[in-house]
Amino acid sequence: MRDVAVVGFAQRQMEEFDGSPTCVELLVPLFAECYEQTGWNRHDIGFWCSGSSDYLAGRSFSFVSAVDAIGVIPPVNESHVEMDAAWALYEAWLKIQTGEVDTALVYGFGKSSAGVLRRTLALQLDPYSMTPLWPDTVSLAGLQARAGIDAGVWDERAMAEVVDRSLTDAEKNEYAIRKGGSSVDELLARPMYADPLRKHDCAPVTDGAAAIVLAAGDRARSVADRPAWISGFAHNVDPISMGNRDLTRSPSTAAAASQVDLTGVEVAELHAPFSHQELVLRTELGLADDVALNPSGGPLAGNPMFTGGLIRLGEAAKRVWDGSADKVLGHATSGPALQQNLLCVMGSTTEGAQS
Amino acid sequence: MPRTLSAPVTVAFDYTRSTGPVIGRFLTGLRDGVVVAGRTSDGEVVVPPLEYDPVTHEATTGFVEVSPVGTVTSWTWVPEPVKGQPFDRPFAFALVTLDGATRPFFHAVDVASPDEISTGMRVQVRWAPERVGAITDIACFEPIGDEADARPAGGGLLEDHLVTRVVTPVSLDYLYAASPEESAFYRGLNEGRILGQRCPTCQKVYVPPRSACPADGTPTAEEVEVSQTGTITTFCIVNVPFLGQKIVPPYVSAYVLLDGADIAVLHLILGVPADEVRMGMRVKAVWKPREEWTYSLENIDHFEPTGDPDADYDTYRHHL
Amino acid sequence: MGKLPAAVVGVGQTHHRAKREDLSMAGLCREAMDRALADANLTLDDIDAIVVGKAPDLFEGVMMPELYLAEALGAVGKPLLRVHTAGSVGGSTAIVASSLVSSGVHKRVLTVAYEKQSESNAMWALSVPLPFNMPVHAGAGGYFAPHVRSYIRRSGAPTHVGAIVAAKDRQNALKNPYAHLHNKDTTVESVLASQMLWDPIRYDETCPSSDGACALVIVDEDTAKASPNPAWIHGTVMRSEATSAAERDQVNPQASRDAAAYLWKQAGITSPIDEIDMAEIYVPFSWFEPMWLESLGFAEEGSGWKLSESGATAMTGEIPVNCSGGVLSSNPIGASGMLRFGEAALQVRGAAGEHQIDGARKALGHAYGGGSQFFAMWVVGADKPTS
Repeated sequence: MRDVAVVGFAQRQMEEFDGSPTCVELLVPLFAECYEQTGWNRHDIGFWCSGSSDYLAGRSFSFVSAVDAIGVIPPVNESHVEMDAAWALYEAWLKIQTGEVDTALVYGFGKSSAGVLRRTLALQLDPYSMTPLWPDTVSLAGLQARAGIDAGVWDERAMAEVVDRSLTDAEKNEYAIRKGGSSVDELLARPMYADPLRKHDCAPVTDGAAAIVLAAGDRARSVADRPAWISGFAHNVDPISMGNRDLTRSPSTAAAASQVDLTGVEVAELHAPFSHQELVLRTELGLADDVALNPSGGPLAGNPMFTGGLIRLGEAAKRVWDGSADKVLGHATSGPALQQNLLCVMGSTTEGAQS
Repeated sequence: MPRTLSAPVTVAFDYTRSTGPVIGRFLTGLRDGVVVAGRTSDGEVVVPPLEYDPVTHEATTGFVEVSPVGTVTSWTWVPEPVKGQPFDRPFAFALVTLDGATRPFFHAVDVASPDEISTGMRVQVRWAPERVGAITDIACFEPIGDEADARPAGGGLLEDHLVTRVVTPVSLDYLYAASPEESAFYRGLNEGRILGQRCPTCQKVYVPPRSACPADGTPTAEEVEVSQTGTITTFCIVNVPFLGQKIVPPYVSAYVLLDGADIAVLHLILGVPADEVRMGMRVKAVWKPREEWTYSLENIDHFEPTGDPDADYDTYRHHL
Repeated sequence: MGKLPAAVVGVGQTHHRAKREDLSMAGLCREAMDRALADANLTLDDIDAIVVGKAPDLFEGVMMPELYLAEALGAVGKPLLRVHTAGSVGGSTAIVASSLVSSGVHKRVLTVAYEKQSESNAMWALSVPLPFNMPVHAGAGGYFAPHVRSYIRRSGAPTHVGAIVAAKDRQNALKNPYAHLHNKDTTVESVLASQMLWDPIRYDETCPSSDGACALVIVDEDTAKASPNPAWIHGTVMRSEATSAAERDQVNPQASRDAAAYLWKQAGITSPIDEIDMAEIYVPFSWFEPMWLESLGFAEEGSGWKLSESGATAMTGEIPVNCSGGVLSSNPIGASGMLRFGEAALQVRGAAGEHQIDGARKALGHAYGGGSQFFAMWVVGADKPTS
């Protein structure tokens, strides 16, 4: 396999983006940041791939005008997934692995606030037995949280610890839309919302966009002092049904973990939109206690749909760039209650690169 | 004044789903007051039946009736119900393992507060007053204090008049916002002006202005008011009626390249028989009465011929 | 470092119909998948990864349906990807699946694309009115008709060429048991007599609205050895441009021309009309046959219609186009592009049945989408590529 690294990353997160659901005006400055980081322009990018959703925007072909932000004369080698852009990054990584291109720019965008997000996402469920009941995302996560509490796998205090650490760390993240830790006791004293979840257990509804630049071999070395070399990239999926899986586990995360080498990971950015889900992931990944989890504050501090996963990968890569870690993990999730999971392991050297 | 214009829009359709044999069997049961489960190859009894076996991947063919009474295995409180949920007041969603099934089933439970529900609680199906063969035939679950309160099960597996189709209304409300550049365009229309912007990179005048010039990715900037007269580059005559159509066919929809613009706008042509509309025809904007103006391209009711000679093909051939 | 060889060893498709009321969405996909797997002599358990493609989610009213379909499609415990690139998606999805193999990541990949149009109404889903706008659009036909008019003006094509293409594709469809339309009485005259829907496009010059799916099994060189007739992938390409841009050529878009040039170069082809034995081209409205023939380099600009008019694109012609009946005879939108890719593979495998072109060794599969702005193409061959 070729050595491929993350060499550029830009993001925006906000409570309510007052622009169009195509997010073109959000993408233009993001691409500019990526060009500034790499010294490249659009002509240096071999492949473009994006992740977004028509139902988030409320119309068909909502991704189509996003290519305007690239500037597409001459036309570009480009693709799109109806998934979190972390999977677009996977498609771009594949494209580089085929040898067809050496560089790629991946982006995701979404205006969650255009509709009622937790209701819109009910359309992801079984269309015959679930969607007609409009099960909202928070309720499905609540069922999962309760399953773990009842089984003694976690408790409210463990969930509050995740929240406290996340919101404390988020104070250092200029993009976080929810921040400010207090104490576990204070968090536990707050009222229940969707019992057993308190509001702070749930990622805030977030609008935003993000972009990541990938480059192979010497192209990466030429633009970054410490490229974040991808040493492992895997993803997997579970059944959607809430009744047909053990909600306290995430077999797809474990399966993806078995495809990569997590030994020595120092920082993990986990895409857990609900506090208890970080506990599930931590167990499935077998992360040691000294692994720094979500130093960015993670999704509980901001979780733009279709970008939240890509941002985790970008945040993890940043720790390699700035020298604070030599091996990191970025994780992305999709679907209700951690149905689909992706892992991207990155490091400061090409040793151990996926072969 | 907000940076951008926004307006509500509802995306609604009643989807007609064909169920296939497995889901059809389940929905047939619900219509008849029977909860149908499916057997998997590894011995699980699953409600609703899985369409395909998780191990063998074969279509499910083994069905079994299970009890409408069961046990809550997990639940969550729904403090702020969203439109379309089983209740419009706070309630619980739960996973309920029905007697005879080995896997839990998702539905609502009618309780007034989170204090009234717990894991392990016994509940039973409350059927909807009218059943049509849909998941909503189960109105919800309700607690049973005493097993003696459980209503008897349904009438066994029927094979008659299998449900093959279910209608699922999907209606979503959005707040649609225009981009800042488009907002400038619509605000101009509200003043009777057609505003474009010039791309600082390629110098082309875009109507409406764009958040990114599609040629080079640069936002258009310098405002340019373009003419209300232009040339039809190409067009089609719409003879076909369709769902949601606002204009009665036949009508001519045409690309009009306004003088001073480098890109055509799509609009309606009236004031001339459809079969006399030509490529190159010179047309002008006809506005609605001022009191009807909003922030919309619909302020221009249509375009109509100016009566001037047609434009030379070379003036618009690069706009086809 | 070059791409590793990859080949199509299984092709499956549904019987396409206006309404497949006998099947759920999962059932529709599985009908195509099970046929592709049987063709490849593999089972779902042999498959390393699954790639799903379909057009807008609003068509079926399910957001990211691959999530709920994961178990029925046998994707649980595997990597699952979902591609959406508008009308070109069936082609793009096949290309993404092929890249899973040509990158060396996986050995056996199954890809499926589908659309169950009867769950809703495509014209509605494509024309949901936007606030502030003028709702003059009338579905895909209304979108493309003005550009067809432009083509006729630019090329000077006689106005009956569209009818020739439509009659040819409908007659070809009679040889394809899976085709949605089997209208044996369709002739040039009957097409010309059909209602003008989006002038200059007549009713019989438009594609139907279909339920259907297509699936392909794409494997590495080692696995392909077990197949009696692998279709080797000689080149793939995706290119995109904007829906609307100042002075954009909407008849012969640059993205299409660029894609074709890149594809032919990859496949080592210098004269497409001489070296390609047949082509499955995405022609949802009959006039797009001559338009794409020019754009793809089978004909000089302005003369594609001469190929169509002369019968060169008929099954007996110099460059047979859409022997399966094409999009004009079956249009499960999300699957339509993959059907083109799959039919091209069937031809070079000698497995196209009654619509087989004798001795076809190299074939083109083509798809486009959006406002003629997204292009996906591949060349498949009976022989393993030499480079």
